[in-house]
Amino acid sequence: MSSRENILTTIKAIPRENSLLPEISAFEFPMDHKAAFILSIQANKGEVIAESELKDFIAINRFEKILNLAKGMESLSTQPLPSDAHELNELEVAIIQGQFGVAENGAIWLTDENLGLRALPFITEHLVIVLEEKSLVSNMHEAYQRIGAQHSGFGLFIAGPSKTADIEQSLVIGAHGAKSLRVVLR
Amino acid sequence: MSHPAKASEFLQDAAKAKWHDETLWFVRDKRDTISKTIPEWEKLRELASQIKDNVLANLDKYLVQFEEKATANGIKVHWAKDAEEHNQIVLSILQRHQCKAIVKSKSILTEECHLNPFLENNGVEVVDTDLGERIVQFLNQPPSHIVLPAIHLKKRDISELFHEKLHTEKGNEDPAYLTHAARLHLREKFLGAKVAITGVNFGVAETGEFVVCTNEGNADMGVHLADVHIACMGIEKIIPRRKDLGVFLRLLARSATGQPITNYNSHFRSPAAGKEIHIVLVDNGRTDQLAREKFKNSLKCIRCGACMNTCPIYRRSGGYSYGSVVPGPIGSILSPGLDVKKYSTLPFASTLCGSCTDVCPVKINIHEQLYEWRQEITKAQGTNAKSISMKIANGIFAVPFAYKVTGVMMRGALKILPDSITYSGLNTWGKQRDLPETPKETFKDWYKKNRT
Repeated sequence: MSSRENILTTIKAIPRENSLLPEISAFEFPMDHKAAFILSIQANKGEVIAESELKDFIAINRFEKILNLAKGMESLSTQPLPSDAHELNELEVAIIQGQFGVAENGAIWLTDENLGLRALPFITEHLVIVLEEKSLVSNMHEAYQRIGAQHSGFGLFIAGPSKTADIEQSLVIGAHGAKSLRVVLR
Repeated sequence: MSHPAKASEFLQDAAKAKWHDETLWFVRDKRDTISKTIPEWEKLRELASQIKDNVLANLDKYLVQFEEKATANGIKVHWAKDAEEHNQIVLSILQRHQCKAIVKSKSILTEECHLNPFLENNGVEVVDTDLGERIVQFLNQPPSHIVLPAIHLKKRDISELFHEKLHTEKGNEDPAYLTHAARLHLREKFLGAKVAITGVNFGVAETGEFVVCTNEGNADMGVHLADVHIACMGIEKIIPRRKDLGVFLRLLARSATGQPITNYNSHFRSPAAGKEIHIVLVDNGRTDQLAREKFKNSLKCIRCGACMNTCPIYRRSGGYSYGSVVPGPIGSILSPGLDVKKYSTLPFASTLCGSCTDVCPVKINIHEQLYEWRQEITKAQGTNAKSISMKIANGIFAVPFAYKVTGVMMRGALKILPDSITYSGLNTWGKQRDLPETPKETFKDWYKKNRT
């Protein structure tokens, strides 16, 4: 008998009482979506900025390696998407389009079509996500309702920059992935 | 070695033990604060518990559904009865790709299967990429906590370690500096690895996708740069529907570290063009636990670690005192299921205060199961010293005169007993604790004076 059969047969032989799968109700969210979203991103050590501030951020830091995949920001791009993600190792700024944001925790939903390469939001030194204000939803239940049966090979909630507290519980931003997250809410 | 013996080793460094206790309590406190911002928190716990009950009742059905969907999505699904088979499957995938070096993100299952030493013995270099896990890997130690692997170490220890391994500046203990050094070191490993291994937080039967949550982004850095992704998943990690993720992702990070969500929550459904994803579904004792009516609920665990952070014994004895892969209260009900003799002292490493049960996001009755294991273990081991003393106590409580005389004797004895007896090796509970001051009079005497 294969291990597959072995495991499934063993489980089937265990007497178990059935229990119903509960329905998940929509929970109310009392706060203004935009205000709550901004607070959430800040708590996750990200920043919500205006489009003009993004241009300042790039100018002040004199970034030269910028890859843009967001609508309406094409002029900021200095390089195209490579075919191999390893070539993104020196990338300074990635600008991508988020599908929607979640007010309760700052999470932003992205899929393959936003990312170009799945490694992009992780390997870049700084990450910028462009998000439409009207796309904000209240909580994770509404988020999955919105995702629905959407079919993508890879989907991702990003809520902040790469962070760790593994050394004496001291929070450090920029563990392996992006050292900062800026959300352009428009 | 028993839990008390190892706990006393941990307590030898009193300052570090105090820091450990206070730091974990701080994490527990953050969990309390954030859970109170969600009015429906208790309803979410109830939902999560009900969903997991449904999973355990239909586990075979959901596993088959998950396999079918995942296969249709282009993922290769493997089944492993035990740790050995799991390790062999992983090795055979590596051999097929002629891979001699891998990166691995946090996976308690691969710790349970002792995958690292197995692969190393077969000539594969394994690099754990979670910062805490890389630190303990450098020290040849297992993680001491499932969410905070290096919580037993101080920054001075890590500074010395990194000076030796990564040539950081001697004496520089700045966590940002040390983390940056690890970033550079691990970036090289990510760029060089052809195969990446991850654990799995949730596998969705409805879609065949699986979800991995991290704050560091290390799981994603590994898998998206590699050609092959191997995801190792315990069979109990299945959930029925995609929308159930809404419940679990709201509970997981809030319970674990007091944050509203982990910064990266990746949903893997099919491999990117030209790449491979493998899932290894592992039993390794889980079906045995499912067959134990009293203990099957322990399989609902989502590995948040909240029961560890809140446990007065875990905080004051450290993860290593348990000697099991999963330490703390949940570990003490999972581990005896794997080897009841080896882990016989663990269910006794608890005050049965029930705090673990109160914080558990999926409402596992942890302290009740600890009590149940004690019954099982005591039955198997026969009479011990504690049960004799309980029998004596039973006689004393049953006879009013005996109770009165004993009370007078004990109040006298507590004052005059030398510390050598109170804090002797026979009484492990006396360590790190003082006896209370004895009252001058009995409650009975006080009542006579004041209420009659």
